[in-house]
Amino acid sequence: MANSSAPRTLYDKIWDDHVVDTQPDGTCLLYIDRHLVHEVTSPQAFEGLRMTGRKVRAPEKTLAVVDHNVPTSDRSHGISDPEAATQVAALAENAREFGIEYFNELDKRQGVVHIIGPEQGFTLPGTTIVCGDSHTSTHGAFGALAHGIGTSEVEHVLATQTLIQSKAKNMRITVDGKLPAGVTAKDIILAIIGEIGTAGGTGHVMEYTGEAIRALSMEGRMTICNMSIEGGARAGLVAPDEKTYAYLMGRPKAPKGMAWDMAKAYWETLVTDEGAHFDREIRLDAANLPPIVTWGTSPEDVVSVAGVVPHADSGHTEQKKAAIARALDYMGLKGGEKMTDIKLDRVFIGSCTNGRIEDLRAVAKAVEGKKVASTVSAMIVPGSGLVKLQAEEEGLDKIFKAAGFDWREPGCSMCLAMNADKLAPGERCASTSNRNFEGRQGFKGRTHLVSPVMAAAAAIEGHFVDVRNWG
Amino acid sequence: MQPFTTLTGVAAPLDIMNVDTDMIIPKQYLKTIKRTGLGTGLFAEMRFNEDGSENPDFVLNKPAYRKAEILVAGDNFGCGSSREHAPWALLDFGIRCVISTSFADIFYNNCFKNGILPIKVSQEDLDKLMEDARRGANATMTVDLQAQEIHGPDGGVVKFDMDEFRKHLLLNGLDDIGLTMEKAPSIDTYESKAAKSRPWL
Repeated sequence: MANSSAPRTLYDKIWDDHVVDTQPDGTCLLYIDRHLVHEVTSPQAFEGLRMTGRKVRAPEKTLAVVDHNVPTSDRSHGISDPEAATQVAALAENAREFGIEYFNELDKRQGVVHIIGPEQGFTLPGTTIVCGDSHTSTHGAFGALAHGIGTSEVEHVLATQTLIQSKAKNMRITVDGKLPAGVTAKDIILAIIGEIGTAGGTGHVMEYTGEAIRALSMEGRMTICNMSIEGGARAGLVAPDEKTYAYLMGRPKAPKGMAWDMAKAYWETLVTDEGAHFDREIRLDAANLPPIVTWGTSPEDVVSVAGVVPHADSGHTEQKKAAIARALDYMGLKGGEKMTDIKLDRVFIGSCTNGRIEDLRAVAKAVEGKKVASTVSAMIVPGSGLVKLQAEEEGLDKIFKAAGFDWREPGCSMCLAMNADKLAPGERCASTSNRNFEGRQGFKGRTHLVSPVMAAAAAIEGHFVDVRNWG
Repeated sequence: MQPFTTLTGVAAPLDIMNVDTDMIIPKQYLKTIKRTGLGTGLFAEMRFNEDGSENPDFVLNKPAYRKAEILVAGDNFGCGSSREHAPWALLDFGIRCVISTSFADIFYNNCFKNGILPIKVSQEDLDKLMEDARRGANATMTVDLQAQEIHGPDGGVVKFDMDEFRKHLLLNGLDDIGLTMEKAPSIDTYESKAAKSRPWL
């Protein structure tokens, strides 16, 4: 047991409350409270259970949904891609056979796994949450220890409701000050990744704190925690507060009545103690942040929208110079080009990073009464069926359609381009998603990561614009 | 799982930083419901041209490296998604050991579940091993997990660190689910305690 008198971080506290067993070398068996399952990384895990005759230990702590593979066009007549259809059918069958609750492609609660967890109140403060998807870090916005796992670990959690883990190090990222108008949670996290690099958080759990984080909505905090993995961290965390409780109260799977009061009393203890030790500290001032655009093929390749594409010789090491040269070549860019001169073919608004209602409201506000540039094809993919319904109740869909956006069905869509939504070779896209890797949005496709409002403005103008003086 | 004890084989140099899992196995190969057969998709977008023909410049297409069993790669190998298809693809191709200065956490974990040994070395050692790997098929390396050593073609030895528990599982090819299931009584005890202290879950 940990020494309860020593000051502990939020991560330490959640960790301590979930240790089932500790081996002499420090390796722990960690209890998992919540397990989210989707169609792409689970079939082999269920197959493993079948082959060994094992059962799912706690089906009631497991929730399954299809999101990665489903088309975002009308799917009431089935899924035409035979491989995708096989994977979706496999999840439906596995959920039925092992007694797991499952949201199918026609369920209004269906959506990107990291959007529906919070939406259903399945995601709760102080819990451990895993999913066979690296963006599980999203749920850390609620003060839950949440991280992605591989398929073998999915099988391990299904069979035992635990994971074999070594404790990570603690890292604190403090974001002081107030965000300027036009600058968002997405810009904060891109700036952080630019600062620490994509391996900067490796082996750490990051806790985000400071005035600018406190001021963010739950949606904004989810955007930040979502991309912790792009900074290399296993998980991101924000301590729960009144905003967290207000978001969760009344959600279908959140506790009710006396259970709520009891839970809330526990959640209020989930803060980092004064004097707790962090292995690494980073500080940022939100007031100085510009809207950010990625220029290259790694999320750390960030630049202010008011800036220029870097030159290859700006790399500090030979390896870095080679990486910049490779990225410039792939992206079809030259060092010194102004970001606002970069013209776009496509715009993608959606994903577990920025597919929530607040993101869609920001986009609607930016594009109301305007038209998407004739040279651009722009799509909006709501994060879930409930986000879609909410947007339609608010009339946002009408604004999008009038402006020339394609309004789609929910799913992961062109964030990873497993379905029909993808870039053609050479196409350039402003995307609210999380990865700009080579080929991520389609073979030879070129991705620039931005906030929803930056994507919206780029769709209207046909090139990047500085939203601080646009509109 | 196949145990990993020692491996002697050709090492291929992949001198790129931040090799992500989308590069290792692009998404079009993720629609399978099996663990096998993913070798054809390994590094597909670098290995093959748009028309499906081989890109002769890519390292694993060069005659010396077509049967490589070890990969020597740049910093932060395996970053990005949690897809275990990445180690499955490496394994199916025949690669059982990856050497780099650092690995992304999830990929690193996934390797051990599949009998693949990821080895972290210093930049200095990596530079040397990269040079060795560039010498091609005549320059095989031997990786000895028990001794935690890499033996280069010229007799040089690089020592590496390894977590004892992971080493034990890998050396013996053990299924960690089976090991954890032996701890079922501890899990039962934990669950009954948690049901009292956090009954809302």
